[in-house]
Amino acid sequence: MQLFPCPFCGARDEREFHFMGEAGKTRPDTQQPVSDADWAAYLYDQRNDKGRVREVWMHLPCREVFGMQRDSVTMQVLGTTAFRKAGA
Amino acid sequence: MSGTRTETGGLIDRTKTLRFRFDGRGYAGHPGDTLASALLANGVRVLGRSFKYHRPRGVWGGWFDDPNAILDVGLDGNAIPNCQATTTPLLDGMESRAVNAWPSAARDVKGGLDLLHRWLGAGFYYKTFIWPDWHLFEPTIRRMAGLGAVDGKTIPDYVADQIHDSCDLLVVGGGAAGLAAARAAAEAGQDVVLVEDHADLGGGLYRRGGEVEGRSPADWLAEQRAAIETAGGCILSSTTAFGVYDHGLVGLATDRGFARAPRLTRMRARRTLMATGALDRPLTFADNDRPGVMSLQAAAEYLGRYGVLVGRRIVVLSNNSAGQSAVAALRAAGAEVVEADPADGPIRALGGARLNGVQVGDRQLACDSLLVSGGLTPVVHLWRHAGGKLDWSETANAFLPGAAPEGMAAIGAANGTFNLQAALEEARAVALGKPPAPSASSYTIRPLWPEPGAKGRQWIDFQHDVTLKDIELAARENYVSVEHLKRYTTLGMAADQGKTSNMAGLAAMAAIQGRPIPEVGTTTFRPPFVPVPLELYHGARRGQLLNPLKRLALEPQHRQAGAALGEYGGWLRPGWYGGKPARDAIRDEVQMARSSAGIFDGSPLGKIEVMGPDAAAFVDFVYYNTVATLKPGHIRYGFMLTESGAVYDDGVIARLGSEHFVISCSSSHVDGVETMLESWRQDGNDPDRIFVHDATQHWATLAVTGPKAREILGALVLDLNLSRDVFPHMSFRETIFAGTPLRIARVSFTGDVSFELSLRTAKAADLWAALTMAGAEHGAGPIGIEALSVLRAEKGFIIIGKDTDGETMPHDLGFGGPRQKKKTAFVGDRGLHSEAANAPDRRQLVGLSVPEGSPALPTGAHLVTGDKPRSEGIVTSSYISPTLDRPIALALLARGAARHGEVLRVWHMGQVRAATVTPPCALDPKGARLDA
Repeated sequence: MQLFPCPFCGARDEREFHFMGEAGKTRPDTQQPVSDADWAAYLYDQRNDKGRVREVWMHLPCREVFGMQRDSVTMQVLGTTAFRKAGA
Repeated sequence: MSGTRTETGGLIDRTKTLRFRFDGRGYAGHPGDTLASALLANGVRVLGRSFKYHRPRGVWGGWFDDPNAILDVGLDGNAIPNCQATTTPLLDGMESRAVNAWPSAARDVKGGLDLLHRWLGAGFYYKTFIWPDWHLFEPTIRRMAGLGAVDGKTIPDYVADQIHDSCDLLVVGGGAAGLAAARAAAEAGQDVVLVEDHADLGGGLYRRGGEVEGRSPADWLAEQRAAIETAGGCILSSTTAFGVYDHGLVGLATDRGFARAPRLTRMRARRTLMATGALDRPLTFADNDRPGVMSLQAAAEYLGRYGVLVGRRIVVLSNNSAGQSAVAALRAAGAEVVEADPADGPIRALGGARLNGVQVGDRQLACDSLLVSGGLTPVVHLWRHAGGKLDWSETANAFLPGAAPEGMAAIGAANGTFNLQAALEEARAVALGKPPAPSASSYTIRPLWPEPGAKGRQWIDFQHDVTLKDIELAARENYVSVEHLKRYTTLGMAADQGKTSNMAGLAAMAAIQGRPIPEVGTTTFRPPFVPVPLELYHGARRGQLLNPLKRLALEPQHRQAGAALGEYGGWLRPGWYGGKPARDAIRDEVQMARSSAGIFDGSPLGKIEVMGPDAAAFVDFVYYNTVATLKPGHIRYGFMLTESGAVYDDGVIARLGSEHFVISCSSSHVDGVETMLESWRQDGNDPDRIFVHDATQHWATLAVTGPKAREILGALVLDLNLSRDVFPHMSFRETIFAGTPLRIARVSFTGDVSFELSLRTAKAADLWAALTMAGAEHGAGPIGIEALSVLRAEKGFIIIGKDTDGETMPHDLGFGGPRQKKKTAFVGDRGLHSEAANAPDRRQLVGLSVPEGSPALPTGAHLVTGDKPRSEGIVTSSYISPTLDRPIALALLARGAARHGEVLRVWHMGQVRAATVTPPCALDPKGARLDA
């Protein structure tokens, strides 16, 4: 069982977290024409990297959504990024 | 009879006698005994039968390393199958029976199977039972296979405690090295936990005899225990570290007695020291499986720990120096011990059912016990669980811990440090994070591995009857990888998981192929290290506690009204009321709601508040429908979509103020909708300008629906004009009821005039009482969720997930407007214009009617057309409408919206019926009732 660091609550059991997806995807601006290929890539393409990965997770008890860098082979947690602006 | 109890020595209490039975005969033992030690002390030799050939089996090991003695044990009406006799503490009154043997282990009727061994080699059933069909043989073979018998009864209160704990240093193993390390660390101020799987500390000291640092073992142990506890350390005995998991989590199982579930501790240790000791491995020679052939170290353990001398005339075969102290102890206890050199030639155990000697080369030696030692094998399972590497040591002739996993170190015999003084020094240094001083090992061993082509039947895996010939067969058939070898021959798959057999098996494969042992490698070590019951993992989370139901605040009122409570979307809710048969109750409730009014507890309905300066733009983005134009005090029905454009949830959204919305989502979608809202709020928006709060359980919601709804509500003292002109459909009001804020939404899930009233959950009972009292005057009363499902289906209103699937889009349901007209971006917008979204044969929502006198259609039935019937859709909801007095149904049908009036065939389980496609709404399509 892994320990994940919530930027808001600190280290917590992995069962408290919800995987939201891989990080780094930007929603295409749908006010402009978006090709089928671009939209499909946004919806379905996953990098599924072996090794270092960047992901978005939610800590369910406090609902904090944050970025996490992990190693998908060693399961080591390499760091987290809060989405909230610094000082906010 | 060969085993006897010594007069003195061991940890047993000779002043008390425990009576127990084995295979129908009565025996006596003492507190401190295991079933195995007590049986050995009574001279019992045969404790089991092997899995395949039903060969007689005696005890090989002294603890978890025994593959042979597996018993079904009962006590006080509770039965536990497949107990390891060597690790099960003896209790008074135990009734035990050897598994896989009948009528007894000593006289097993299937013993004759051994005569067929020539035809029963590795993989025989893969090759033999092919023609005409494996399934013909399978039932018989399955009946013959298997070990213990399950009695099918549940042991009351067999629930595992679960504890979460953490420490600076976890020491696994309460032998000399573990104790020395724990003491050093605890005295240096570390928060130390030491676990030992026996009830008593000491580990290998009972095998060794002699002094420890100038003191008797008992004195030395007492001193370490006292020092550890004085320094604040914690000692958990009868506790096994059964697995190391991610991020340094160690699973600990604490034995709490027979027929009681063990306790699970999830231990987070900053550092773990593996002081798990070493096992003695067998030697491979002809008939090495006979009862009476036993591990030399185990014999020393039985003598030192349990006061049992396993034989009187003993021959020792050992290729290493570790057994010297054991030999001395056995002699001192009165046994006649002859040491033979296993290198002197082919070895064969002699005698029939009873061992009476051994042949070593040309020499025959008479004996009643043959104690063998093939070399010490460090117990490295936890090391491998954690991802540590193993290095092959030529000097120790064993795999030793190599590159360490993070936060872990090995000490003592587990690290190949077999010399006691060196192990103690190593333990004390490593406990404090220092490198151990190098020491010369006094342990010597001559390699002695299975010899391919050797004569006789030479056992590698005692329980699963894997012999050297089976390994040779596997190699001939190219199952040469150890993982393939294991699965083809079942080597190492017995109850001991290869603790005794794996080294010999892989060494045999190495010898057959002429490769060095480290190149052949080991199979994967996986938790659990010893068998643990599944209850350990789930603890109290079973039955209803596995997924606890949410409970309504008004449950007592519903029960009083005779509600039939059932699970609906995770909530315990009234299905119907009144103690009548479901059919009649539901019909009566529908008729009451249509003729007068129904009062419905809709508290599970989602109530998610969205507030803040950016709230309007935010809800406009997450909704399919345009919400930004909604005026305060008004309500709009709409959908939330997935990004692929599929309908995720439907419901109404009310605008309370310019920056305040309440989203009313489906009861079972509240968590999902809130997660979705939070994800968009925090990832893509300024979270300080939007606030999302799920208030579902803070507010109770009661709906009054029916022609008399306005009159019933009018009987309540509310400072509110309810007339249709002032309070029209799809509007929202806030008022006060009994001194508490009341929110009223005029929305309808039934097609009749309806009011949804929400107030603080604590006040729900007052509102329920007022509504039911006022309703009674009009012949109105409570309705359950089943009646509501019929009411909504009469109107063609959908339930997401029942009348839609993962492909349904809003334009399939007749809500195509925003798809064409909405100007701003919203979740799923691009998905609604994909090729699939524009496909001409999309499945669309329709109603179905059946010929006069036909029963209701089965839900899930297929709508088919053509000579070669193809499914073009499915029936999603089907009821007998009490209002219309005929069956109604909803369905998803390809191109359905354009096919009203068409007659289709409805196929279900081979039966075909006819139905006519209609609009979804079967009752009051013009909506006259809504404003009645």
